[in-house]
Amino acid sequence: MITKKRLEIISHLQIAEATFEVTVKSDFAAELKPGQFVHILVPGHMLRRPISIANVDREQKTFTMIFKIFGEGTKKLSECRSGDYLDIILPCGSHYPIEELELEHALLVGGGIGVPPLYYLGQQLKEKGVKVTSVLGFQGKSHVFYEEKFQQLGDTYIATNDGTYGKKGFVTDIIKELDQPMDYYFSCGPTPMLQAVTTLLANEKGYISLEERMGCGVGTCYACVVPLKNDPTKNKKICKDGPVFYANEVLLG
Amino acid sequence: MNLAVQLPGLTLKNPVMPASGCFGFGKEYSEFYDLNTLGAIIVKAATGEARYGNPTPRVAETSSGMLNAIGLQNPGVEKIITDELPFLRPFDTPVIANVAGSTVEEYVHVATTLNKSQDIAALELNISCPNVKEGGVQFGTNPELAKEVTYKVKEASNFPVYVKLSPNVSNITTMAKAVVDVGADGLSMINTLTGMQINLKKRAPIIANKTGGLSGPAIKPIAIRMIYEVRQALDVPIIGMGGITTAEDVVEFLLAGANAVAVGTANFQNPYACPEIIEQLPQVLSEYGFSSVADAIGKGHVHE
Repeated sequence: MITKKRLEIISHLQIAEATFEVTVKSDFAAELKPGQFVHILVPGHMLRRPISIANVDREQKTFTMIFKIFGEGTKKLSECRSGDYLDIILPCGSHYPIEELELEHALLVGGGIGVPPLYYLGQQLKEKGVKVTSVLGFQGKSHVFYEEKFQQLGDTYIATNDGTYGKKGFVTDIIKELDQPMDYYFSCGPTPMLQAVTTLLANEKGYISLEERMGCGVGTCYACVVPLKNDPTKNKKICKDGPVFYANEVLLG
Repeated sequence: MNLAVQLPGLTLKNPVMPASGCFGFGKEYSEFYDLNTLGAIIVKAATGEARYGNPTPRVAETSSGMLNAIGLQNPGVEKIITDELPFLRPFDTPVIANVAGSTVEEYVHVATTLNKSQDIAALELNISCPNVKEGGVQFGTNPELAKEVTYKVKEASNFPVYVKLSPNVSNITTMAKAVVDVGADGLSMINTLTGMQINLKKRAPIIANKTGGLSGPAIKPIAIRMIYEVRQALDVPIIGMGGITTAEDVVEFLLAGANAVAVGTANFQNPYACPEIIEQLPQVLSEYGFSSVADAIGKGHVHE
Protein backbone atom coordinates (compact mmCIF):
# COMPACT_ATOMS: atom_id res chain seq x y z
CA MET A 1 0.00 0.00 0.00
CA ILE A 2 1.54 3.28 -1.12
CA THR A 3 1.68 6.03 1.51
CA LYS A 4 3.56 9.13 2.65
CA LYS A 5 5.52 9.15 5.90
CA ARG A 6 7.93 11.33 7.86
CA LEU A 7 10.91 9.07 8.49
CA GLU A 8 13.87 9.65 10.79
CA ILE A 9 17.39 9.52 9.42
CA ILE A 10 19.46 7.21 11.61
CA SER A 11 22.63 7.26 9.54
CA HIS A 12 23.97 9.69 6.94
CA LEU A 13 27.40 9.00 5.43
CA GLN A 14 29.46 10.12 2.47
CA ILE A 15 30.71 6.90 0.88
CA ALA A 16 32.39 8.18 -2.31
CA GLU A 17 32.88 11.40 -4.25
CA ALA A 18 29.58 13.36 -4.08
CA THR A 19 27.89 10.07 -3.12
CA PHE A 20 25.84 9.67 0.06
CA GLU A 21 24.30 6.75 1.92
CA VAL A 22 21.24 7.57 4.02
CA THR A 23 19.43 5.08 6.26
CA VAL A 24 15.96 5.81 7.66
CA LYS A 25 13.69 4.04 10.11
CA SER A 26 10.37 2.78 8.72
CA ASP A 27 7.75 0.22 9.71
CA PHE A 28 7.28 -0.30 5.97
CA ALA A 29 10.89 -1.34 5.36
CA ALA A 30 10.07 -5.04 5.05
CA GLU A 31 7.54 -4.32 2.31
CA LEU A 32 10.09 -2.69 0.00
CA LYS A 33 11.19 -4.89 -2.88
CA PRO A 34 14.43 -4.74 -4.88
CA GLY A 35 14.13 -2.31 -7.80
CA GLN A 36 11.51 -0.10 -6.16
CA PHE A 37 12.20 3.52 -5.29
CA VAL A 38 11.00 6.12 -2.82
CA HIS A 39 9.99 9.72 -3.66
CA ILE A 40 11.56 12.26 -1.31
CA LEU A 41 10.43 15.81 -0.57
CA VAL A 42 13.32 18.25 -0.48
CA PRO A 43 12.42 21.28 1.65
CA GLY A 44 12.02 24.37 -0.51
CA HIS A 45 11.62 22.35 -3.72
CA MET A 46 8.47 21.82 -5.74
CA LEU A 47 9.24 18.37 -7.11
CA ARG A 48 10.23 15.32 -5.12
CA ARG A 49 13.40 13.35 -5.91
CA PRO A 50 13.08 9.65 -6.79
CA ILE A 51 15.80 7.56 -5.11
CA SER A 52 16.20 3.81 -5.34
CA ILE A 53 16.42 1.45 -2.40
CA ALA A 54 19.93 0.10 -1.81
CA ASN A 55 19.27 -2.11 1.18
CA VAL A 56 16.64 -3.14 3.72
CA ASP A 57 17.15 -4.36 7.27
CA ARG A 58 13.91 -6.14 8.13
CA GLU A 59 14.80 -6.75 11.77
CA GLN A 60 15.91 -3.20 12.48
CA LYS A 61 13.04 -1.87 10.32
CA THR A 62 15.32 0.42 8.34
CA PHE A 63 16.11 0.97 4.69
CA THR A 64 19.07 2.55 2.97
CA MET A 65 19.27 4.85 -0.06
CA ILE A 66 22.33 5.94 -1.99
CA PHE A 67 22.34 9.09 -4.12
CA LYS A 68 24.78 11.36 -5.84
CA ILE A 69 24.71 15.16 -5.96
CA PHE A 70 23.39 16.12 -9.40
CA GLY A 71 21.76 19.47 -8.65
CA GLU A 72 20.26 21.71 -6.00
CA GLY A 73 17.82 19.09 -4.66
CA THR A 74 20.30 16.28 -4.12
CA LYS A 75 22.79 18.82 -2.71
CA LYS A 76 20.24 19.78 -0.08
CA LEU A 77 19.57 16.11 0.69
CA SER A 78 23.31 15.60 1.15
CA GLU A 79 23.26 18.26 3.88
CA CYS A 80 20.73 16.35 6.04
CA ARG A 81 21.98 14.78 9.26
CA SER A 82 21.09 11.88 11.56
CA GLY A 83 18.01 12.79 13.58
CA ASP A 84 16.48 14.85 10.75
CA TYR A 85 13.21 13.70 9.24
CA LEU A 86 12.48 13.15 5.55
CA ASP A 87 9.00 13.29 3.98
CA ILE A 88 8.90 10.16 1.80
CA ILE A 89 6.32 8.53 -0.50
CA LEU A 90 6.80 4.74 -0.52
CA PRO A 91 6.92 2.16 -1.94
CA CYS A 92 6.99 3.37 -5.57
CA GLY A 93 7.11 1.45 -8.82
CA SER A 94 7.73 -2.11 -9.97
CA HIS A 95 10.44 -4.49 -8.73
CA TYR A 96 12.75 -7.13 -10.13
CA PRO A 97 10.32 -10.09 -10.20
CA ILE A 98 12.77 -12.63 -8.81
CA GLU A 99 10.06 -14.58 -6.98
CA GLU A 100 8.69 -15.63 -10.38
CA LEU A 101 12.02 -16.54 -11.97
CA GLU A 102 13.76 -19.91 -12.21
CA LEU A 103 17.41 -19.07 -11.89
CA GLU A 104 20.66 -20.49 -10.64
CA HIS A 105 23.07 -17.85 -11.86
CA ALA A 106 22.42 -14.11 -12.11
CA LEU A 107 24.59 -11.37 -13.60
CA LEU A 108 24.25 -7.92 -12.02
CA VAL A 109 25.39 -4.99 -14.19
CA GLY A 110 25.40 -1.56 -12.57
CA GLY A 111 26.72 1.82 -13.58
CA GLY A 112 27.32 4.74 -11.17
CA ILE A 113 24.20 5.62 -9.26
CA GLY A 114 22.51 2.60 -10.89
CA VAL A 115 24.59 0.33 -8.66
CA PRO A 116 22.61 0.75 -5.37
CA PRO A 117 19.36 -1.10 -6.25
CA LEU A 118 21.42 -4.06 -7.45
CA TYR A 119 22.90 -4.49 -3.97
CA TYR A 120 19.51 -5.10 -2.38
CA LEU A 121 18.62 -7.36 -5.32
CA GLY A 122 21.90 -9.28 -4.98
CA GLN A 123 21.26 -9.92 -1.30
CA GLN A 124 17.82 -11.35 -2.01
CA LEU A 125 19.20 -13.49 -4.82
CA LYS A 126 21.93 -14.83 -2.53
CA GLU A 127 19.31 -15.66 0.13
CA LYS A 128 17.51 -17.71 -2.53
CA GLY A 129 20.73 -19.61 -3.20
CA VAL A 130 21.40 -17.96 -6.56
CA LYS A 131 25.02 -17.57 -7.66
CA VAL A 132 25.63 -13.86 -8.19
CA THR A 133 28.28 -12.25 -10.41
CA SER A 134 28.52 -8.45 -10.37
CA VAL A 135 30.00 -6.08 -12.93
CA LEU A 136 30.07 -2.49 -11.73
CA GLY A 137 31.13 0.63 -13.62
CA PHE A 138 32.16 4.00 -12.18
CA GLN A 139 33.63 7.25 -13.50
CA GLY A 140 36.90 6.81 -11.58
CA LYS A 141 38.47 5.50 -8.38
CA SER A 142 37.01 8.24 -6.14
CA HIS A 143 33.47 7.30 -7.25
CA VAL A 144 33.69 3.59 -6.41
CA PHE A 145 31.50 2.36 -3.55
CA TYR A 146 30.17 -0.92 -2.11
CA GLU A 147 32.86 -3.07 -3.81
CA GLU A 148 33.44 -5.14 -0.66
CA LYS A 149 29.72 -5.55 -0.06
CA PHE A 150 29.24 -6.90 -3.58
CA GLN A 151 32.24 -9.21 -3.13
CA GLN A 152 30.37 -10.83 -0.25
CA LEU A 153 27.59 -11.71 -2.71
CA GLY A 154 29.90 -13.28 -5.29
CA ASP A 155 32.54 -12.52 -7.92
CA THR A 156 32.72 -8.77 -8.49
CA TYR A 157 34.44 -6.88 -11.31
CA ILE A 158 34.94 -3.10 -11.47
CA ALA A 159 35.44 -0.93 -14.54
CA THR A 160 36.25 2.79 -14.47
CA ASN A 161 35.97 5.19 -17.39
CA ASP A 162 39.36 6.76 -16.67
CA GLY A 163 41.14 3.54 -15.69
CA THR A 164 42.04 4.80 -12.19
CA TYR A 165 40.59 1.62 -10.66
CA GLY A 166 39.77 -1.87 -11.90
CA LYS A 167 39.61 -2.32 -15.65
CA LYS A 168 39.78 0.79 -17.85
CA GLY A 169 36.67 0.97 -19.96
CA PHE A 170 33.02 0.06 -19.70
CA VAL A 171 31.05 -2.69 -18.00
CA THR A 172 30.49 -4.24 -21.43
CA ASP A 173 34.28 -4.69 -21.85
CA ILE A 174 34.23 -6.91 -18.75
CA ILE A 175 31.04 -8.78 -19.70
CA LYS A 176 32.59 -9.71 -23.08
CA GLU A 177 35.44 -11.46 -21.26
CA LEU A 178 33.26 -13.24 -18.70
CA ASP A 179 33.01 -16.90 -19.48
CA GLN A 180 30.13 -17.83 -17.23
CA PRO A 181 26.62 -19.00 -17.93
CA MET A 182 23.73 -16.86 -16.74
CA ASP A 183 20.00 -17.43 -16.51
CA TYR A 184 19.12 -13.76 -16.20
CA TYR A 185 20.93 -10.45 -16.08
CA PHE A 186 19.74 -7.45 -14.06
CA SER A 187 20.98 -4.00 -14.98
CA CYS A 188 20.62 -0.43 -13.79
CA GLY A 189 22.55 2.65 -14.85
CA PRO A 190 22.67 5.53 -17.31
CA THR A 191 20.72 5.01 -20.53
CA PRO A 192 23.81 4.73 -22.81
CA MET A 193 25.11 1.94 -20.57
CA LEU A 194 21.74 0.17 -20.63
CA GLN A 195 21.71 0.44 -24.42
CA ALA A 196 25.17 -1.11 -24.64
CA VAL A 197 24.33 -3.85 -22.15
CA THR A 198 21.00 -4.83 -23.70
CA THR A 199 22.60 -4.86 -27.17
CA LEU A 200 25.52 -7.02 -26.03
CA LEU A 201 23.23 -9.38 -24.12
CA ALA A 202 20.46 -9.38 -26.73
CA ASN A 203 20.30 -13.19 -26.64
CA GLU A 204 20.02 -13.37 -22.87
CA LYS A 205 16.99 -12.85 -20.66
CA GLY A 206 17.20 -9.80 -18.45
CA TYR A 207 15.58 -6.94 -16.59
CA ILE A 208 16.61 -3.30 -16.61
CA SER A 209 15.73 -0.36 -14.40
CA LEU A 210 15.29 3.16 -15.85
CA GLU A 211 15.46 6.68 -14.51
CA GLU A 212 13.89 9.91 -15.75
CA ARG A 213 12.84 13.31 -14.45
CA MET A 214 9.60 12.64 -12.61
CA GLY A 215 6.62 14.72 -11.61
CA CYS A 216 4.19 12.97 -9.30
CA GLY A 217 6.14 9.67 -9.03
CA VAL A 218 2.89 7.74 -8.61
CA GLY A 219 1.56 7.45 -12.19
CA THR A 220 -0.78 10.40 -12.64
CA CYS A 221 1.13 13.09 -14.50
CA TYR A 222 2.67 11.16 -17.43
CA ALA A 223 5.99 13.04 -17.14
CA CYS A 224 8.29 10.00 -17.14
CA VAL A 225 7.46 7.71 -20.03
CA VAL A 226 9.41 5.28 -22.20
CA PRO A 227 8.30 4.02 -25.65
CA LEU A 228 7.61 0.33 -26.17
CA LYS A 229 9.91 -1.64 -28.45
CA ASN A 230 7.18 -3.54 -30.28
CA ASP A 231 5.03 -0.41 -30.74
CA PRO A 232 6.87 2.91 -30.30
CA THR A 233 3.60 4.82 -30.70
CA LYS A 234 2.76 3.59 -27.20
CA ASN A 235 4.63 4.19 -23.97
CA LYS A 236 4.76 3.11 -20.35
CA LYS A 237 5.17 5.16 -17.20
CA ILE A 238 8.58 4.70 -15.61
CA CYS A 239 7.32 5.61 -12.12
CA LYS A 240 4.35 3.25 -12.08
CA ASP A 241 4.77 0.54 -14.76
CA GLY A 242 8.54 0.67 -14.13
CA PRO A 243 11.20 1.54 -13.15
CA VAL A 244 11.97 -2.16 -13.76
CA PHE A 245 11.14 -3.45 -17.26
CA TYR A 246 11.86 -6.66 -19.13
CA ALA A 247 14.98 -5.83 -21.17
CA ASN A 248 13.30 -6.15 -24.56
CA GLU A 249 10.10 -4.37 -23.57
CA VAL A 250 11.20 -0.75 -23.94
CA LEU A 251 13.02 1.40 -26.49
CA LEU A 252 16.06 3.12 -24.98
CA GLY A 253 17.57 6.46 -25.97
CA MET B 1 -19.68 24.93 8.51
CA ASN B 2 -21.39 24.85 5.14
CA LEU B 3 -18.77 24.20 2.46
CA ALA B 4 -21.28 23.29 -0.25
CA VAL B 5 -21.31 25.07 -3.59
CA GLN B 6 -23.93 24.81 -6.32
CA LEU B 7 -22.68 25.42 -9.87
CA PRO B 8 -24.27 24.62 -13.24
CA GLY B 9 -24.49 20.81 -13.35
CA LEU B 10 -22.39 20.44 -10.21
CA THR B 11 -23.52 19.98 -6.64
CA LEU B 12 -20.27 20.18 -4.69
CA LYS B 13 -20.02 19.17 -1.04
CA ASN B 14 -16.97 21.38 -0.82
CA PRO B 15 -15.28 23.70 -3.33
CA VAL B 16 -12.00 21.76 -3.73
CA MET B 17 -11.19 19.50 -6.68
CA PRO B 18 -7.99 18.21 -8.25
CA ALA B 19 -7.08 19.97 -11.51
CA SER B 20 -6.97 18.27 -14.89
CA GLY B 21 -3.67 16.59 -15.72
CA CYS B 22 -2.60 16.44 -12.09
CA PHE B 23 -4.75 13.51 -11.01
CA GLY B 24 -4.81 11.09 -13.94
CA PHE B 25 -8.21 9.39 -13.88
CA GLY B 26 -8.25 9.05 -10.10
CA LYS B 27 -6.96 5.49 -9.60
CA GLU B 28 -3.51 6.32 -8.28
CA TYR B 29 -4.63 8.83 -5.64
CA SER B 30 -7.47 6.54 -4.55
CA GLU B 31 -4.69 4.39 -3.07
CA PHE B 32 -3.82 7.31 -0.77
CA TYR B 33 -7.31 8.40 0.36
CA ASP B 34 -11.06 8.13 -0.13
CA LEU B 35 -12.03 10.10 -3.25
CA ASN B 36 -15.45 10.76 -1.67
CA THR B 37 -13.79 13.55 0.32
CA LEU B 38 -13.28 15.62 -2.85
CA GLY B 39 -15.71 18.30 -4.05
CA ALA B 40 -15.29 17.05 -7.63
CA ILE B 41 -12.61 15.52 -9.85
CA ILE B 42 -11.38 17.00 -13.13
CA VAL B 43 -9.83 14.13 -15.07
CA LYS B 44 -7.03 14.22 -17.62
CA ALA B 45 -7.68 15.69 -21.08
CA ALA B 46 -9.40 13.62 -23.76
CA THR B 47 -8.70 13.97 -27.48
CA GLY B 48 -10.39 12.25 -30.42
CA GLU B 49 -7.69 9.62 -30.90
CA ALA B 50 -4.99 8.31 -28.56
CA ARG B 51 -2.02 10.66 -28.23
CA TYR B 52 1.52 9.65 -27.37
CA GLY B 53 2.45 13.08 -26.03
CA ASN B 54 5.82 14.84 -26.21
CA PRO B 55 9.33 13.38 -25.93
CA THR B 56 11.01 13.36 -22.49
CA PRO B 57 12.10 15.19 -20.39
CA ARG B 58 8.59 16.52 -19.97
CA VAL B 59 9.02 18.35 -16.65
CA ALA B 60 11.47 20.72 -14.99
CA GLU B 61 11.50 22.28 -11.57
CA THR B 62 11.49 26.09 -11.22
CA SER B 63 11.46 28.53 -8.32
CA SER B 64 8.16 27.88 -6.53
CA GLY B 65 6.79 25.94 -9.47
CA MET B 66 7.38 23.59 -12.33
CA LEU B 67 7.28 23.49 -16.11
CA ASN B 68 5.52 20.68 -17.91
CA ALA B 69 5.08 19.72 -21.53
CA ILE B 70 3.29 16.39 -21.39
CA GLY B 71 1.59 17.00 -24.73
CA LEU B 72 -1.94 15.76 -23.94
CA GLN B 73 -0.97 12.08 -23.70
CA ASN B 74 -4.22 10.15 -23.35
CA PRO B 75 -5.78 6.93 -24.67
CA GLY B 76 -8.47 8.75 -26.71
CA VAL B 77 -12.01 9.67 -25.73
CA GLU B 78 -13.57 6.25 -26.49
CA LYS B 79 -11.13 4.37 -24.24
CA ILE B 80 -11.48 7.01 -21.54
CA ILE B 81 -15.24 6.44 -21.52
CA THR B 82 -15.00 2.64 -21.46
CA ASP B 83 -11.76 1.98 -19.52
CA GLU B 84 -11.12 4.95 -17.22
CA LEU B 85 -14.29 6.78 -16.16
CA PRO B 86 -16.24 3.75 -14.81
CA PHE B 87 -13.69 3.48 -11.98
CA LEU B 88 -15.00 6.77 -10.60
CA ARG B 89 -18.68 5.73 -10.74
CA PRO B 90 -18.93 4.38 -7.14
CA PHE B 91 -17.72 7.64 -5.63
CA ASP B 92 -20.14 10.31 -4.51
CA THR B 93 -18.06 12.93 -6.31
CA PRO B 94 -18.98 14.60 -9.61
CA VAL B 95 -16.52 14.11 -12.46
CA ILE B 96 -15.62 16.83 -14.95
CA ALA B 97 -14.19 15.65 -18.27
CA ASN B 98 -11.50 17.79 -19.91
CA VAL B 99 -12.03 18.17 -23.68
CA ALA B 100 -9.05 18.91 -25.94
CA GLY B 101 -8.39 18.90 -29.68
CA SER B 102 -6.49 20.29 -32.65
CA THR B 103 -9.47 21.42 -34.70
CA VAL B 104 -13.01 22.58 -33.97
CA GLU B 105 -14.18 19.27 -35.46
CA GLU B 106 -12.07 17.28 -33.00
CA TYR B 107 -13.38 19.26 -30.02
CA VAL B 108 -16.95 18.68 -31.22
CA HIS B 109 -16.25 14.98 -31.79
CA VAL B 110 -14.86 14.57 -28.25
CA ALA B 111 -17.77 16.48 -26.71
CA THR B 112 -20.34 14.51 -28.72
CA THR B 113 -18.71 11.18 -27.82
CA LEU B 114 -18.73 12.13 -24.12
CA ASN B 115 -22.53 12.50 -24.31
CA LYS B 116 -22.77 8.72 -23.99
CA SER B 117 -20.83 8.63 -20.71
CA GLN B 118 -22.92 8.16 -17.59
CA ASP B 119 -19.94 8.99 -15.39
CA ILE B 120 -19.49 12.73 -15.92
CA ALA B 121 -21.38 15.82 -14.79
CA ALA B 122 -19.75 18.60 -16.80
CA LEU B 123 -17.11 19.42 -19.40
CA GLU B 124 -14.03 21.55 -19.04
CA LEU B 125 -13.21 22.88 -22.49
CA ASN B 126 -9.43 22.99 -22.76
CA ILE B 127 -8.62 25.80 -25.18
CA SER B 128 -5.43 26.62 -23.36
CA CYS B 129 -2.94 23.76 -23.51
CA PRO B 130 0.36 25.45 -24.43
CA ASN B 131 2.21 22.23 -25.16
CA VAL B 132 0.90 20.87 -28.44
CA LYS B 133 1.90 22.21 -31.84
CA GLU B 134 -1.49 21.84 -33.42
CA GLY B 135 -4.37 23.43 -31.66
CA GLY B 136 -5.12 23.99 -28.07
CA VAL B 137 -3.73 27.33 -27.23
CA GLN B 138 -4.54 29.27 -30.39
CA PHE B 139 -8.18 28.75 -29.53
CA GLY B 140 -7.45 30.25 -26.14
CA THR B 141 -5.61 33.33 -27.34
CA ASN B 142 -7.89 34.40 -30.21
CA PRO B 143 -11.37 35.55 -29.07
CA GLU B 144 -13.01 34.71 -32.40
CA LEU B 145 -11.67 31.12 -32.39
CA ALA B 146 -12.56 30.76 -28.71
CA LYS B 147 -16.11 31.85 -29.50
CA GLU B 148 -16.44 29.43 -32.39
CA VAL B 149 -15.20 26.37 -30.52
CA THR B 150 -17.22 27.20 -27.40
CA TYR B 151 -20.41 27.74 -29.40
CA LYS B 152 -20.03 24.48 -31.32
CA VAL B 153 -19.15 22.42 -28.24
CA LYS B 154 -22.09 23.93 -26.33
CA GLU B 155 -24.32 23.01 -29.25
CA ALA B 156 -22.98 19.43 -29.33
CA SER B 157 -22.87 18.65 -25.62
CA ASN B 158 -25.57 17.57 -23.18
CA PHE B 159 -23.41 18.80 -20.27
CA PRO B 160 -22.64 22.23 -18.81
CA VAL B 161 -19.42 23.59 -20.34
CA TYR B 162 -16.71 25.34 -18.31
CA VAL B 163 -14.17 26.97 -20.62
CA LYS B 164 -10.59 26.77 -19.34
CA LEU B 165 -8.90 30.06 -20.14
CA SER B 166 -5.27 30.62 -21.02
CA PRO B 167 -3.35 33.28 -19.10
CA ASN B 168 -1.11 33.80 -22.14
CA VAL B 169 -3.21 36.75 -23.32
CA SER B 170 -2.98 40.51 -22.82
CA ASN B 171 -6.63 40.92 -21.86
CA ILE B 172 -8.26 38.05 -19.99
CA THR B 173 -11.63 39.79 -19.73
CA THR B 174 -11.96 39.95 -23.52
CA MET B 175 -11.48 36.19 -23.70
CA ALA B 176 -13.89 35.56 -20.84
CA LYS B 177 -16.58 37.75 -22.40
CA ALA B 178 -16.11 36.08 -25.78
CA VAL B 179 -16.90 32.59 -24.47
CA VAL B 180 -19.64 33.67 -22.06
CA ASP B 181 -21.34 35.56 -24.91
CA VAL B 182 -21.82 32.29 -26.81
CA GLY B 183 -23.13 30.31 -23.87
CA ALA B 184 -20.25 29.05 -21.71
CA ASP B 185 -21.83 27.92 -18.42
CA GLY B 186 -18.73 28.79 -16.47
CA LEU B 187 -15.01 29.51 -16.61
CA SER B 188 -12.05 27.58 -15.35
CA MET B 189 -8.97 29.70 -14.86
CA ILE B 190 -6.06 29.76 -15.19
CA ASN B 191 -4.15 27.22 -17.26
CA THR B 192 -0.33 27.31 -17.20
CA LEU B 193 1.88 30.15 -18.45
CA THR B 194 4.33 29.38 -21.23
CA GLY B 195 7.90 29.26 -19.95
CA MET B 196 11.36 27.86 -20.56
CA GLN B 197 14.35 26.79 -18.52
CA ILE B 198 17.85 26.29 -19.92
CA ASN B 199 20.40 23.81 -18.56
CA LEU B 200 23.70 25.67 -18.20
CA LYS B 201 25.91 22.59 -18.65
CA LYS B 202 24.07 21.32 -21.71
CA ARG B 203 23.37 24.80 -23.12
CA ALA B 204 19.90 23.67 -24.10
CA PRO B 205 16.34 23.86 -22.79
CA ILE B 206 15.71 21.19 -20.13
CA ILE B 207 12.32 20.22 -21.53
CA ALA B 208 12.46 18.31 -24.83
CA ASN B 209 9.56 20.40 -26.18
CA LYS B 210 11.75 23.43 -25.30
CA THR B 211 8.81 25.35 -23.80
CA GLY B 212 6.48 24.16 -21.11
CA GLY B 213 3.57 25.36 -19.00
CA LEU B 214 4.50 27.01 -15.71
CA SER B 215 2.37 25.99 -12.73
CA GLY B 216 2.62 26.06 -8.96
CA PRO B 217 2.73 28.85 -6.36
CA ALA B 218 4.81 30.98 -8.76
CA ILE B 219 1.69 31.72 -10.83
CA LYS B 220 -0.80 32.26 -7.99
CA PRO B 221 -0.73 36.09 -8.04
CA ILE B 222 -1.43 36.02 -11.78
CA ALA B 223 -4.40 33.71 -11.28
CA ILE B 224 -5.76 35.88 -8.46
CA ARG B 225 -5.43 39.04 -10.58
CA MET B 226 -7.12 37.46 -13.61
CA ILE B 227 -10.03 36.03 -11.59
CA TYR B 228 -10.45 39.41 -9.88
CA GLU B 229 -10.61 41.20 -13.25
CA VAL B 230 -13.07 38.75 -14.77
CA ARG B 231 -15.26 38.80 -11.65
CA GLN B 232 -15.47 42.60 -11.91
CA ALA B 233 -16.65 42.35 -15.50
CA LEU B 234 -18.89 39.27 -15.47
CA ASP B 235 -21.37 37.40 -13.31
CA VAL B 236 -20.34 33.88 -14.27
CA PRO B 237 -19.34 30.80 -12.24
CA ILE B 238 -15.55 30.51 -11.97
CA ILE B 239 -13.48 27.49 -10.97
CA GLY B 240 -10.20 29.10 -9.89
CA MET B 241 -6.78 27.48 -10.04
CA GLY B 242 -3.10 28.36 -10.14
CA GLY B 243 -0.67 27.46 -7.38
CA ILE B 244 -3.10 26.57 -4.59
CA THR B 245 -1.37 24.62 -1.81
CA THR B 246 -3.18 25.67 1.38
CA ALA B 247 -6.67 26.42 2.71
CA GLU B 248 -5.58 30.07 2.99
CA ASP B 249 -4.93 30.04 -0.76
CA VAL B 250 -8.45 28.71 -1.31
CA VAL B 251 -9.93 31.60 0.70
CA GLU B 252 -7.85 34.06 -1.34
CA PHE B 253 -9.29 32.60 -4.58
CA LEU B 254 -12.81 32.84 -3.13
CA LEU B 255 -12.19 36.48 -2.20
CA ALA B 256 -10.99 37.20 -5.74
CA GLY B 257 -14.28 35.83 -7.04
CA ALA B 258 -13.84 32.11 -7.65
CA ASN B 259 -16.87 29.93 -6.77
CA ALA B 260 -14.80 26.77 -6.46
CA VAL B 261 -11.13 25.89 -6.84
CA ALA B 262 -8.86 23.26 -8.36
CA VAL B 263 -5.56 22.06 -6.91
CA GLY B 264 -2.92 21.01 -9.41
CA THR B 265 0.83 20.90 -8.87
CA ALA B 266 0.44 20.65 -5.08
CA ASN B 267 -0.78 17.06 -5.54
CA PHE B 268 2.69 16.08 -6.76
CA GLN B 269 4.41 17.56 -3.74
CA ASN B 270 1.84 16.21 -1.30
CA PRO B 271 -0.50 13.43 -2.45
CA TYR B 272 -2.79 14.36 0.46
CA ALA B 273 -2.95 18.05 -0.59
CA CYS B 274 -6.68 18.03 -1.48
CA PRO B 275 -8.04 16.23 1.62
CA GLU B 276 -5.76 18.25 3.91
CA ILE B 277 -6.95 21.54 2.39
CA ILE B 278 -10.59 20.43 2.67
CA GLU B 279 -10.08 19.47 6.31
CA GLN B 280 -8.53 22.83 7.19
CA LEU B 281 -10.91 25.00 5.17
CA PRO B 282 -13.69 25.45 7.80
CA GLN B 283 -11.21 26.62 10.42
CA VAL B 284 -9.50 29.04 8.05
CA LEU B 285 -12.81 30.44 6.78
CA SER B 286 -13.97 31.04 10.32
CA GLU B 287 -10.62 32.53 11.32
CA TYR B 288 -11.21 35.22 8.69
CA GLY B 289 -14.82 35.80 9.72
CA PHE B 290 -16.74 33.77 7.14
CA SER B 291 -19.61 31.47 8.02
CA SER B 292 -19.62 29.48 4.76
CA VAL B 293 -17.84 29.16 1.44
CA ALA B 294 -20.62 31.13 -0.27
CA ASP B 295 -20.10 33.92 2.26
CA ALA B 296 -16.51 34.48 1.09
CA ILE B 297 -17.01 34.49 -2.68
CA GLY B 298 -16.09 37.85 -4.22
CA LYS B 299 -15.56 39.52 -0.85
CA GLY B 300 -12.06 40.65 -1.77
CA HIS B 301 -13.39 43.30 -4.12
CA VAL B 302 -12.88 46.85 -2.99
CA HIS B 303 -15.63 49.13 -4.18
CA GLU B 304 -14.47 52.61 -4.96
